[in-house]
Amino acid sequence: MPEASTFLGAAHVCLRNVGKTYASPRGPVPAVAGIDLDLGAGEFVSIVGPSGCGKSTLLKLVAGLEGLSAGEIMVDGRRIDGPPDGLGVVFQRDVLLDWRTILQNVLLSVELAGKPTDAYRERALGLLARFGLGSFEHRYPWELSGGMRQRASICRALLSDPQLLLMDEPFGALDAMTRDDLNLELARIWQETRKTLLFITHSIAEAVFLSDRVAMMGRAPGSIMEIVAIDLPRPRSLAVRESAAFSHYVAHIRHHFAELGIVKE
Amino acid sequence: MLKRLLAPSEARDVILVLAVSLLLWEAGVRIFQPPPLILPAPSAIVGAFLQTPGLFMRQLGFTLGMTCLGFALAVVLGVLLAVAIVSSKLLERTIYTLLVALNSIPKVALAPLFVIWMGTGTEPKVAIALMLAIFPIVIDTVLGLRSVDPDMLHLARVSRASPLAVLAKIKFPCALPSLFAGMKVGISFALVGAIVGEFVAGSKGLGFQILVAQGQFDTLGVFVCLVLLGIFGTLLFFVLDYAERLCLPWHVSQRGRHSAGD
Ligand SMILES: Nc1ncnc2c1ncn2[C@@H]1O[C@H](COP(=O)(O)OP(=O)(O)O)[C@@H](O)[C@H]1O
Ligand SMILES: [Mg+2]
Repeated sequence: MPEASTFLGAAHVCLRNVGKTYASPRGPVPAVAGIDLDLGAGEFVSIVGPSGCGKSTLLKLVAGLEGLSAGEIMVDGRRIDGPPDGLGVVFQRDVLLDWRTILQNVLLSVELAGKPTDAYRERALGLLARFGLGSFEHRYPWELSGGMRQRASICRALLSDPQLLLMDEPFGALDAMTRDDLNLELARIWQETRKTLLFITHSIAEAVFLSDRVAMMGRAPGSIMEIVAIDLPRPRSLAVRESAAFSHYVAHIRHHFAELGIVKE
Repeated sequence: MLKRLLAPSEARDVILVLAVSLLLWEAGVRIFQPPPLILPAPSAIVGAFLQTPGLFMRQLGFTLGMTCLGFALAVVLGVLLAVAIVSSKLLERTIYTLLVALNSIPKVALAPLFVIWMGTGTEPKVAIALMLAIFPIVIDTVLGLRSVDPDMLHLARVSRASPLAVLAKIKFPCALPSLFAGMKVGISFALVGAIVGEFVAGSKGLGFQILVAQGQFDTLGVFVCLVLLGIFGTLLFFVLDYAERLCLPWHVSQRGRHSAGD
């Protein structure tokens, strides 16, 4: 099987023996343990695993939003102890503010950082147009569908052109068709901008379709069981999902989870 | 006025219910003829008001002044207190816990103490109104400030937002619906506070006027005051309701009500 570091570029993000144990009233809860993972610059890596295995925890650790219990995380060769520079995050819930228009929501992160929003207005409008929201910039989030809202939250994450993008099951709450659309749009934007992308999902097919590599996480405390390099030509169209190679990757990953007793075969 | 404040259908319902109740009341009094000392007819109440309208309106003005002053102070202090409470674990564990505990005791019982401390002027009335109104405002605002989605706060941290920016742009707007809920409860409490203040000591206001009428077994006089309190208490509530609609067109409770008020 392909090994962990098939990617040859410089590592953008390195996780070394990363562990996180939450304190809770019922005692310590180990969420992730012993995680080693490198993300090459411009690489698209997905993490799949059953719910509760620590995927969100891992993402928050890389985002510098939770402190580490063990190991270290380096971004651009520097050890992080807080959100690193040049970071964009998309969560499963779009968390748009209801009293702001879509455009104002996209500009929020810049505004919060205390930077003048005028300089980013053009870019924000361009991103919205890019994601098919060109005529919705002055609408409010509650006037939009779930798919459009999530597009807006991706625009918000991309606004300051971060080099590292973290996405936590961003399409998990969407219907299958909207999800296909957004998968295509994400693949396209990634192809153009080549950001380092850590993408969390519980859909094996989604992970295979989007990624350069797919990392499988086992039950809590989560650690990475295996990493599969996805050697499918890019740009990928939805038709690639009917190819034998695609099915082979999906079957391989599913089989692996089945061996762990996580899914039934 | 009511029409302007309420959605058309709501205004119609309120007016209908009021009119029917008044008609039933008037008819009941004419048919069963209870002693006027017990229950006067609505027409008699209006008549009594029209004999000395200036006196009643002056007393009403004083009571409403105390109410609004106490309420305004309660809003300002309440919001500041709520912000302080959510910004500090220590304040949360001390002041907030204390407030929640004190909230269940009957605070009007403290009114005489305020008279001892502050005399019989306007201060104790404003203070009692403030004390009653501030509880729901602080408690609801704290809940509102805490209701922000944790992922929104994560995004703010990733953007390196200052605590002040997070408060002004995220937490406070997010807490506004709760603040309004607290204010709607608080405004009626403030009115209760002002009346209680006038009951325990004073020479002005509708509370005082009720005591005077009681001393003379003037049931009509008491009813005039009660009706005025009912009408203006309701109006104060609807003014807040209207303000809420202006401030929060985006809130779930207001959507689809955009045509209201115009
Ligand atoms: N803040 C927290 N405090 C205590 N336990 C937590 C916290 N966040 C997550 N956990 C626990 O850590 C484990 C992993 O959670 P999470 O990272 O959300 O998993 P996933 O995203 O894969 O569903 C779960 O058992 C969860 O209950
Ligand atoms: Mg999760």
